[in-house]
Amino acid sequence: MASPGPASTAAAAEGRPAFPPEARERLDQIRRRYPQDKAALIPALHIAQELWGGWLPEEAVLAVAAELGLPPAEVWGVVSFYDLFHTHPVGRHRLRVCSNLPCQLRGADEILEVLRAELGVGEDEVTADGRCSYVHFECLGSCDTAPMMMIDDRYEENLTPERVREILGEID
Amino acid sequence: MAAFEPVLTRNVGRPAARTVAGYREGGGYQGLSRALGLEPDAVIEEVKASGLRGRGGAGFPCGMKWSFIPKGTGRPKYIVCNADESEPGTFKDRLLMEHDPHLLIEGCAIAGYAVGAETTYIYIRGEYTTAADILDAAIADGYRQGILGESVLGSGFRHDVYVHRGAGAYICGEETGLLESLEGKRGQPRVKPPFPALIGAFGAPTVINNVETLCCIPLILERGADWFKAIGTDERNTGPKLYAVSGHVERPGTYEHPIGVPFSELLDAAGGMYRGGTLKAFIPGGASAAILGPEHLDLPLDFDRVAKAGSMLGSAAVMVMDESVCLVRATLRLAEFFNHESCGQCTPCREGTNWMELLLEKIELGHASEAEVGVLAQVPDMIAGNSLCALGDAAAGPVRSLVQSFRGEIDLHLGNGGCPYPHRRYFAHGNAEAR
Repeated sequence: MASPGPASTAAAAEGRPAFPPEARERLDQIRRRYPQDKAALIPALHIAQELWGGWLPEEAVLAVAAELGLPPAEVWGVVSFYDLFHTHPVGRHRLRVCSNLPCQLRGADEILEVLRAELGVGEDEVTADGRCSYVHFECLGSCDTAPMMMIDDRYEENLTPERVREILGEID
Repeated sequence: MAAFEPVLTRNVGRPAARTVAGYREGGGYQGLSRALGLEPDAVIEEVKASGLRGRGGAGFPCGMKWSFIPKGTGRPKYIVCNADESEPGTFKDRLLMEHDPHLLIEGCAIAGYAVGAETTYIYIRGEYTTAADILDAAIADGYRQGILGESVLGSGFRHDVYVHRGAGAYICGEETGLLESLEGKRGQPRVKPPFPALIGAFGAPTVINNVETLCCIPLILERGADWFKAIGTDERNTGPKLYAVSGHVERPGTYEHPIGVPFSELLDAAGGMYRGGTLKAFIPGGASAAILGPEHLDLPLDFDRVAKAGSMLGSAAVMVMDESVCLVRATLRLAEFFNHESCGQCTPCREGTNWMELLLEKIELGHASEAEVGVLAQVPDMIAGNSLCALGDAAAGPVRSLVQSFRGEIDLHLGNGGCPYPHRRYFAHGNAEAR
């Protein structure tokens, strides 16, 4: 898959994956907060995931490893541990449906059924137009507005099947 | 006794409180100001005297935790705020951070002064982007107004606060898993001892406190330990407490009460049962707590009384279930959660959580034999106490209570073609039938 990632640094010119200058500057600011560089790894992965369109292809992982001077295997180990990092392509919009008990009690399963029916794909699959992918997720800390889901970084709360269909119509 | 005055939620719905100026108008930063006029040890003594116990789940006395930090070593020390709020049913810390970020910042600065730490890291779960943005803006304002930085309120005491976003892992709410994650590693809990008070973040002495715990600190310093101690059920259960009520109630939400409020009173505050349903069961303290039946309706929700009833107060996430709920299915959902979130380090937890999910799924689908129910009854005891951290014990809690207190629910599923309750049978991975 063609990478939407950055390609403006010297390292990139030599074919080595790297962060573009603005991202490096952001990362450098973050690094100063910690007595050890490695502590910036998770923040760096968040930045990389933004740069590479919502997931972390090998190139992104190599870039992070190079920025922080870490072995790529160590970076992969961290990536694979956390639910918010993706190692496969995702939709332009990422829907995470809270499905833990409080949301389940208030209809989360129905929300997932609506998404499956409307989008015509299973969990973790991307719609043919590249627009959406969805997953069921563990508690998102919004049980007072159950059922709910996250769309990218935004919380959509007190969902009904109608509201889910509306939201799907609103996102590009 | 005077009417209870909500203090932790006093700035909820008052957006002005997100700025230093607005927060001050509501009485903010008086606790910090008073603390800076005391000796650090006197601040620790005040917190000890208040009886404040950790609000993250374990209920450890906060002042005692602070007093474990070695004094005058010349080495850096850290405050780490545990804002990884991921216990299913819990959403109180998000409310505090989104509505009253300066209350938390003030608590961090006081904690830092008390133990001699120049830096706080607020480790916030990656999903809480709104709260992280609000905190970042409040911290920036704090630096501009001389609350943070090289001389806190002109005292000469330096304190920096940084927000550190996690990336989605329940285990990072376990304090040493959190430290590993903060250091840029997989969030696998450490062997204890050494405890974080001696070797914590970056090898340095570290205090780790929950958001709500730190939010109590400015109030204790502002109003005094005696004020705090006068609230609650007894000297071991003191202060105001946030209860996150969810599930089958009319008005799910965060409710502030004196610690030890009876469950029935909380249920009333939340508008009673959803659509007039009947209470079948409730979980008083998040997914890790044992399920309780309606005979505990008047149970005072404090650390010791909930423990005595066989469950735990935990994070005070109260999940309410009416008679339409299949408790096998509810427990299965929690078992699925723990199986997914086990970090995989310790065999009893890694394997045991998987067994519990598989067996509960078989029961739910009507495929389980009596013998398999017997195995399910044994698994919790094989996990609990046999792993490095408390996740294993947490996973055992709800399953043990299902088998011991709600055995009838399981029996309804045996030899009956599975679950007799009408509900949607959506299994996330679509392979349950095939197992």
